Amino acid sequence: MADPLGARGALMAWDSIREFLSDPATWSGPASIWNRLAEHVWVSVAAVLVAAVLVLPLALWLGHIRKGSDVATAVVNIGRAVPSFGILAISFLILVQMGAGVGEPWAVLVALVALAAPPMFTNTVVGIQSVEPATIEAARGMGLTESEVLRGVEIPLAMPLVLEGVRIGLVQVIATATLGALVSWGGLGRFIVDGFAQQDVGQLLVGAVLVGLLAVIAELAMSSFGRAVTPKGVTNPR
Amino acid sequence: MILAQESGPLFDWDWVARNWDQIIDRTWEHVTLTVVSVAIGMALSLGLSIVAVRWRKAYAPITWITGLLYTIPSLALFALLVPIVGLNATNAVIALTSYTLLILIRNTVAGIDGVPASVVEAADGMGYTRRARFWKMEVPLALPAIVAGIRIATVTTVGLVTVTAVLGLGGYGFFILRGLNTFFWTQIIVGVTLSVALATLFDLGFVWAQRWLTPWARGAR
Repeated sequence: MADPLGARGALMAWDSIREFLSDPATWSGPASIWNRLAEHVWVSVAAVLVAAVLVLPLALWLGHIRKGSDVATAVVNIGRAVPSFGILAISFLILVQMGAGVGEPWAVLVALVALAAPPMFTNTVVGIQSVEPATIEAARGMGLTESEVLRGVEIPLAMPLVLEGVRIGLVQVIATATLGALVSWGGLGRFIVDGFAQQDVGQLLVGAVLVGLLAVIAELAMSSFGRAVTPKGVTNPR
Repeated sequence: MILAQESGPLFDWDWVARNWDQIIDRTWEHVTLTVVSVAIGMALSLGLSIVAVRWRKAYAPITWITGLLYTIPSLALFALLVPIVGLNATNAVIALTSYTLLILIRNTVAGIDGVPASVVEAADGMGYTRRARFWKMEVPLALPAIVAGIRIATVTTVGLVTVTAVLGLGGYGFFILRGLNTFFWTQIIVGVTLSVALATLFDLGFVWAQRWLTPWARGAR
């Protein structure tokens, strides 16, 4: 296969980047950086929120009754073996056959919910179960009801692991939303996929830097948020 | 529903029979990309783990940098490498290798840290040199943790190889991308199923290898 992108080399890339950045369409309109960034962010955040609503109640309950740790391990192992690109492709074909329009965000959203759910589920179940039984006994001994034990003792103590699960889910969702451009959706991955298709190094690299920055910022923001809401004296068991 | 009629049955076994050669070729490509990336990742992370164990201060920056690499989405990393190495297998291997480092280093260092202090003291008391103690005591006892890391890294890599389809490679990812472009279910199902099967096979292989490498752990429970 010919290799025109590589042959141009790093120096030519600078000119191409400048050319892409000086194009007015890069800064306004549906294909602008702002619009692609907004698409990417809202779909990623929505996917994590939907996944949280779907799996957290079940995970909290399973953790509380100290069941389902086998299920939690299996979920995360299966989630790892299925390629995220494959989940996206299957979700796209199912939704298109059900009548969703090509280019609509729904297939991407469904796939991202499926990807965000396993780490959140597993970390929540494991996090609640790793609370010391003696601590829970003490809380019950003080006359707390089951729901007070869950809300007042188990959830705060499990918070570092639960948020770790949310962080893993969010970062994976942002990464996979980039692949949304391969199933005719937008997002920042559009610049990368179009850059490859049109052999436009400038567009390719600007897209890649934006996607990388977004993922790193999300990772750092979630880590510091996790530290901020962790009760004093609770340490992440990892 | 119209699309469903146009694209024929959900799974077309004739397609599989007609494209058997290509399935073999793509399997070989998928296996090669996975094995080469994980093997280079293992060599690099063993070196970096030794540095981190000997010189504790290096551990935080090593996990920070490999963690940063791990966070960058694969499609973006392939793209960033294009001006440096071009659009080829080298690009894919560099990116895939960089994703294995964090998991492998974390598990190796945790495994070595988990070796009981009494064992280390016994080795020292028997006159082992630091090097001999490392290779003959610490590494074998850390093997379960190291192999656990290799399993996670390998299964993750098998999944990520599918994305290298955008570089014109992709192993089974080639079928997924082709299926998407032609709305042809069979290719997507073949691509996803074979990728999951390959990941499972690698995983079982490592479970086996570990049992064979750590005979002392068999039946110990």
